[in-house]
Amino acid sequence: MASLLEVRDLRVAYHSRDGAVSEALAGVSFGLGAGEILGILGESGSGKSTLAASLLRLFPANVSIATGTVLFEGRDLFQAGQDELRGIRGKRVSLIFQEPSVALHPTMRADQQIKQILTAHGMSGRNTLRERTREILGAVFPEEVERISRSYPHQLSGGQRQRVLIAQAIACGPSLIIADEPTAALDPTTQKEILEVFRTLRKKIGAAMIFITHNPALLAGFADRVLVLYAGRVIEVGPADVVLTSPMHPYTRALFQSAPPWPDEEAHAARAQKLAAIPGDSLPSSLPRIGCRFEPRCPDRMAVCKEREPVLFSLCKGSAASCFKYESQ
Amino acid sequence: MQPLIRVESLVKTYEKQGLAGRRDEVRAVDGVSFSVFPRTTLAIVGESGSGKSTLALCLACLENPTAGSIWFEGVDIVKLSEKGQRAMRRKIQLIFQDPATSLNPRWSVAEILAEPLLLPGNLSRDEATWRAHSRLDQVGLSSEIAEKAPAELSGGQRQRLAIARALTLEPKLLILDEALSALDCSFQAQIANLLQDLQSALGMTYVFISHDLAMAAHLGDDIAVMNCGRIIEQGRPAEILKNPKNDITRNMVSAVPRMEFPRQQAPEP
Repeated sequence: MASLLEVRDLRVAYHSRDGAVSEALAGVSFGLGAGEILGILGESGSGKSTLAASLLRLFPANVSIATGTVLFEGRDLFQAGQDELRGIRGKRVSLIFQEPSVALHPTMRADQQIKQILTAHGMSGRNTLRERTREILGAVFPEEVERISRSYPHQLSGGQRQRVLIAQAIACGPSLIIADEPTAALDPTTQKEILEVFRTLRKKIGAAMIFITHNPALLAGFADRVLVLYAGRVIEVGPADVVLTSPMHPYTRALFQSAPPWPDEEAHAARAQKLAAIPGDSLPSSLPRIGCRFEPRCPDRMAVCKEREPVLFSLCKGSAASCFKYESQ
Repeated sequence: MQPLIRVESLVKTYEKQGLAGRRDEVRAVDGVSFSVFPRTTLAIVGESGSGKSTLALCLACLENPTAGSIWFEGVDIVKLSEKGQRAMRRKIQLIFQDPATSLNPRWSVAEILAEPLLLPGNLSRDEATWRAHSRLDQVGLSSEIAEKAPAELSGGQRQRLAIARALTLEPKLLILDEALSALDCSFQAQIANLLQDLQSALGMTYVFISHDLAMAAHLGDDIAVMNCGRIIEQGRPAEILKNPKNDITRNMVSAVPRMEFPRQQAPEP
């Protein structure tokens, strides 16, 4: 299958004020086909937000190393010039952030926020702009388009603001949408609405999507493939129904098991039971370490885990996990 | 058995500046009543804006309710003087969502823990520091971190520290306002287990405020569902989650993304 996005050996490191270097991404590689939805699962510090931003080469000032290849529609974005990048950002690839109240301009009405993007990417003509803006907002707001397009961000609810951000993201008909925790700041009820919007859009516009989250349950029935990040490394990747139902890496397994169970008939008797917490703490990424990053917390650790770092070993059903348990297979 | 805390028709209104200088009233808490018995946990769930946090502030004597009473150990804390309320705050402690913003960034862990003990002025600094160290052990932190600053700790360690600080004055009731929400899944489980351990070891009583229904059901003996400042439904967790009576509760329950994870070891490939 012709690949839309091909990421190879992406490495990003930050330096702090005292000169210490911490590695946020340590050699991340994956591919994405046209129209495919990739769910990226990771906790804070796993490098998931760095990954979202670095695909478009949006780095904070304190980035010290950024190497790798990001091939998008055949072009290497890590070699592209600023002008070329500007034409891609927001047009071919768009990015949706977690906090809609920060991402929107506070003194612009919703329709202006959309028009701004269309104008920046070369659309002109008052009537064309107005019609296209209405059409885009109509795609995410089935009702009340008129009122919402005249509203300022502070007049909208959290869910409505997130819809405006989604409208901005789809405005130029991108072939890839990167969404970084787009529902983390929302209530469960609103979260469900926004997920529905994403599902509908998937059918309508057919763009590929990278959906970054810390909640595996959001990916069920939505993502085609799931990639699990831990300490800046891909530790498990595979078809969503395989990774979400029979995770193989000890970290993924422990993460899924640490969630509180949904109460059922017997559950109340079992309430006193403890949750299966993952012991210990994630290591600071500035700490140099030989061997597997998860080894200190791993329930299945072996001698070899301290000596060298595992690579991704292929498993059956198209998935792969970076754990020495699967080395011999 | 007597409830540790009994809330009766509690109301808290705020004034907000309306259009053209008109004063509007917002009823953040609108006639809430409940009881919590010693050594149990009441979980309060609701969407943002439902009045959960205002209720938490009223219970912790940090906001004066507009009407109603809060009976704690036979005293109506709403009617207490400022001095009486200050004494009451030792017994009722509040833990906030984000430990990164509720801990003084310029103080060391030991200083943060010693401060509540120094306030009444009857302990020497040395004794306070010694007691602070013993608290660290209780919440599963090593005493090696005593000289570190909050920024050097992980999110899970910071929330443990916030709990340790709340425990220094040996309170009877802990109010946890979204205390797990800012933590990663793997630390949420650790802190939830710690809360249960402390409950059985010290006989703590909790009011656990959250929008996470599954965690509320796990920790709560009872769940109360709040909407627009009122409790619209209350009962056993399994009952509320399986047969919600109220439409709003039903909506909330059905909105929770759920999937059955394998609880046992997954089969080898």
